[in-house]
Amino acid sequence: MTSQRVVIAGAGLGGLRTAEALRAHGFEGEIVIFGDEAHAPYNRPPLSKEALYGEISHEKLAFRVRSTATDLTWRLNDPIAGSDLDAHTVTLASGEVVSYDALVAATGVSARRLPIPGPPATAAAGRHVIRTLDDAFALRASLTPGARVVVLGAGFIGCEVAATARQLGCEVHCVAIDSHPMIRPLGIELAAELQRRHEAQGVVFHLGVGLTAFEGDDRVTGVVLSDGTELAADVVVEALGSRCNVEWLDGHGLDLTDGVLTDNALRALRDGVALDGVAAVGDIARYPNPRFDQRPWRVEHWSIPTDTGRRAATVLNAYLSETDYADIVATEWDALPAFWSDQYEIRMQSYGMPGLADADGIRLLEGDLHGECVMGYHRGEDLVGVVGIGMLKVVNGYRHEVGTATWIRERATS
Amino acid sequence: MGLKVVVDMNVCQDHGQCVFAAPEVFELDDNGRLVVMVEEPDESMRSAVEDAADVCPVQAITIEG
Repeated sequence: MTSQRVVIAGAGLGGLRTAEALRAHGFEGEIVIFGDEAHAPYNRPPLSKEALYGEISHEKLAFRVRSTATDLTWRLNDPIAGSDLDAHTVTLASGEVVSYDALVAATGVSARRLPIPGPPATAAAGRHVIRTLDDAFALRASLTPGARVVVLGAGFIGCEVAATARQLGCEVHCVAIDSHPMIRPLGIELAAELQRRHEAQGVVFHLGVGLTAFEGDDRVTGVVLSDGTELAADVVVEALGSRCNVEWLDGHGLDLTDGVLTDNALRALRDGVALDGVAAVGDIARYPNPRFDQRPWRVEHWSIPTDTGRRAATVLNAYLSETDYADIVATEWDALPAFWSDQYEIRMQSYGMPGLADADGIRLLEGDLHGECVMGYHRGEDLVGVVGIGMLKVVNGYRHEVGTATWIRERATS
Repeated sequence: MGLKVVVDMNVCQDHGQCVFAAPEVFELDDNGRLVVMVEEPDESMRSAVEDAADVCPVQAITIEG
């Protein structure tokens, strides 16, 4: 048999873990990984935290690579621009065409920018995002004591960068359309407590409002909010969520409305039919997880690239080696999402999908909401998620109780 | 040389994700601090300790050998 080639589009955590898992399964063919950044895969969560304190280099953040996966072909700074899923080729931005036997879409997400006119959307103009190491280095230089920082968005990144900027001595205003910080994963009680703790640290929130204008010409000098408030700013951080990097897959009948829609084996669906040998992993994979329900979800937690990378590698290796493929595809996979967040002294750890809870399904399981606690998130009778503030060992003890969904149990007994 | 697990305790923040991946090797003590129970696990544990190193949020675990 001639040597097979797996092309991995995206040199982040998902691409790396998929490649390592393919080698762990014994795949001996060529693995080529294309990335749009110059850096080898590195850990992104510190970018909104430690990396802004000036202590972090790429060397410190780079992922270790398993000793069994040192023969990967890394093509960094060499992004993929297009694909032909019938001819089994990808086209690089340079114009080069590369053929594959299996393709892994691991291109991740980009930081979303507000489509509002104003100074250029660049760090040099004071408008920052945090997605890449270079973004963090650029922001770090601006977070000087007394700097007036406006954070747009109050999700994970917005809250973390607000906390970090306060600890660096900046004046911090946080603007969000939501009613409370991190309300979607946390629910109102815990989100209100998180807001209180940020305010005790000096963060000023402007919630339930949007942005109507950036002020300044070459450089941002402030923002105008939808309630008429004007905030002066030396630094604006746009932490407004993400945009999936999937344009390179356009034109083949894939469902790209929110990432790449796949089946439970992470095979891309073309007009509803699974494409053998084409997988999506990481932030862009939208797949059904029977632990919760049959709806496909896209989850941007740190645990997902590793879990999806392993699943995709298992499926692709079976496909390429023609070994137990049908069985492996049919074996349901139900990895448990997990996230953590560090803000000031607050250490948050979650398992499951707390955002799926019923509005009245959020209950204190342990501890004290104003101190350390574990909150449980229920949908009907099902515990769909837990979030701990502190109490790490206690919240870890709930991990195995999250899921399995009622419909699974009913299906098993019917 | 056999397998060796090294945790940089200056980096470790006691997330405890490694405990789920390799409970025979890692444990959180009563104070919630990470303890490496078996520093030189048997070769049969390789996959589990590699998985444990993968899931460490702060990448504090290295595998030698």
